[in-house]
Amino acid sequence: MAEPLFSVRGLKVALPDMTRKPLIGRAPLAEILKGLDFDLPRGSVTGIVGESGSGKSTLGRALVRLLEPSAGKVIFDGRDITHLPEAELRPLRRNLQMIFQDPMSSLNPRRTIASIIAAPLKQNGLGDNLKARVAEALQRVGLPQSFAGRYRHELSGGQRQRVGIARALALSPKFVLADEIVSGLDVSTQAQILTLLEKLAAEMGLTVAFISHDLSVIRRLCRLVIVMREGAIVEASATDTLFEHPQQAYTRDLLAAIPLPEIDDAWLLPAAKAPA
Amino acid sequence: MNAPAKPCLDIRSLSAVLPNGLRVLRSVSLSVEPGEVRALVGESGAGKTMIGKAVLGVLPPSVRIVEGDMLLEGEDLGKLQPRARRTLIGARTALIPQDPLTALNPSRRIGPQMTDRLVRILGWSGEKADARIRQLLDEVQIRDPERVLKCYPHELSGGMRQRVLIAAAFAGEPRLIVADEPTTALDVTVQKQILRLIAQLQREHGTAILFVTHDLGVVAKISQKVSVLYAGKVVEEAETAALFASPQHPYTRALMAATPRYTDPFASLKPVDDKVLAGLAAEIAASDQAWRPPHG
Repeated sequence: MAEPLFSVRGLKVALPDMTRKPLIGRAPLAEILKGLDFDLPRGSVTGIVGESGSGKSTLGRALVRLLEPSAGKVIFDGRDITHLPEAELRPLRRNLQMIFQDPMSSLNPRRTIASIIAAPLKQNGLGDNLKARVAEALQRVGLPQSFAGRYRHELSGGQRQRVGIARALALSPKFVLADEIVSGLDVSTQAQILTLLEKLAAEMGLTVAFISHDLSVIRRLCRLVIVMREGAIVEASATDTLFEHPQQAYTRDLLAAIPLPEIDDAWLLPAAKAPA
Repeated sequence: MNAPAKPCLDIRSLSAVLPNGLRVLRSVSLSVEPGEVRALVGESGAGKTMIGKAVLGVLPPSVRIVEGDMLLEGEDLGKLQPRARRTLIGARTALIPQDPLTALNPSRRIGPQMTDRLVRILGWSGEKADARIRQLLDEVQIRDPERVLKCYPHELSGGMRQRVLIAAAFAGEPRLIVADEPTTALDVTVQKQILRLIAQLQREHGTAILFVTHDLGVVAKISQKVSVLYAGKVVEEAETAALFASPQHPYTRALMAATPRYTDPFASLKPVDDKVLAGLAAEIAASDQAWRPPHG
C-alpha cells in the first residue's frame, strides 16, 4: 500500500492564450503548469493552495484528465493516464470524481435531486436498486429523504453543496477533487461542509485533493499541503510542518496576509518587512 | 461640523419591508462618528448591504422604508426633497464597491470615469478634478498614473482596479464612505495591501467609513466599532476590541467559533449550533410580534 494513488512527474500543461490570439489563426500557447512533481498518498487529504492564476484549478483538471497534459506523466493507481484517450478513460472515471465550487451551476436545474445523484450510478451500471442507493447517498451527507424530489432552487447553498458531495461519493470513488467547494458559503455553513467532508473522507478512506485559496481551511482539513505560485510548486510538506516552519518567503507572506479574527494594531501598519 | 458630538451618520430604528410584507431591516439603529470605521458584519441575507444602500439612497424599488430616520451629519435625509437629498448624499458620501469590474464602465477609459463624478456631481472644473485625481492616484500608490488613466478597466488587475475605485471614492472628500465588501474578491496578499490603503487614507482624510463585510478577520483589523447583523436585526453592537474580548450574544460567539483560524485549527471552524439558530429565530419572531408597522 506504499504506492501512492497519484504519482505526478514533470507535469506541464499549456493552453491557448486567447488574449494574444491573432484575428486569424491559432492562439499561441501559454504554459500554465511548468513541470510539477508530487505524489498523492492513498487515503490522505492534500491541500493545494495558491492565489488566483497560480494554476491550482488547472492542476486539478489535469489530475482528473479534464485536460490533457502537454508533457510529463500522471500515474493514477499504477496506470499511466497522461494521454489516455477518452474511451479508455471512461471506465476509470468512476474513480475520479469532482466536487465543484458553485453547486448552483453544477446541478441541473431541471432535474430532481434524486435524479442528479442517480445519473452517475446509472452511467456506471449501478442502475439496480437506484432508490436505495440514492437514499443512502442522501443520508450519508445528512440530507433528509424528502429532498429526493426537490429541485436545486429549493435548497440553500449549504444543502446544494451537500448534494454535490453526495453525487461525487455515490460511486465510492478512489479519488475526489474538491475545487474551492466552500468559498461561496457563509462561515457557519462552511464549517458544516468541511466537517462533513472530513468525516466522510476518514470513513470511506478517500484520497482527496482539496483546492483552496484559504490556508485556514486547509490547515483544518488536510494532512499535506502543496503551495503553488505561477504554475510551479513553491513548497510541499506535511501540514503542521508547513504552518509551523514555512520554508519559503512566499508561504510566510501568504500566512501573514490572512486577517485573523483577533485584535492586532500592527497588522495594518505599512510594511515593516518580516525578516527573510 | 462645529458640534463635535454630532455623528457623521445616525440611523435610528430603520425598518424596511418587501412588497409581501416581509421585514428585511428590523429597527436597525447604528451610528458612525466622524473619522471612525464601523464594521457591519453578518452572513448573506443579513441585510448589511441593504443598510449601505439605504444610506446611499439606492435601495431597489421593491424595498420600502416604513420606519426610522437617517441623519447625515445631522441632516434628516427623510425630510429632504428627493433632489436635495440626492445632492446631499452625492456631495458627502461615496461608495467603494465589492466588484470593481462591474462598478466601472468597460467601454470608457479610467481617467474620464474618475473625473466625471467630481465634475458632474460636485461641480468642479475639469482641471481641478484632473489634478485631484492625480493626487489621489499617488496616494493609493499607483506609480504610473498617466498609463492607468488611459487604460480601460479590463487592462488593469483586480488590485489595481480596486485602488482606482478607492482613489475615486476619496477624491471628492466625502464625510462618509460606504465600503461594501471591498476586498472579498481579492487574493489575501492583495487584500492586505488594499485594507492598509483604506486605513491609511481614512486616517489621513479623517473620513468615516461604514465597512460592510462577512469576515470577522477583516472586522478585527480595520474597524473601531462593529454591529453584528442577523436577519436584518442588529444582534450585538460594541467597540471592536470589546467584541473580540468578550462577545455577548450567542450568535456572535458562534460566528467567532465558525471563523477559520489557521493558528488554532481545532478550536475554529465549529458549525453553528442549532440551539443558537433556534434562539435567533425566537428573538426575531418576538421582535416582529412587538413591532407594529406604522401607518401612512
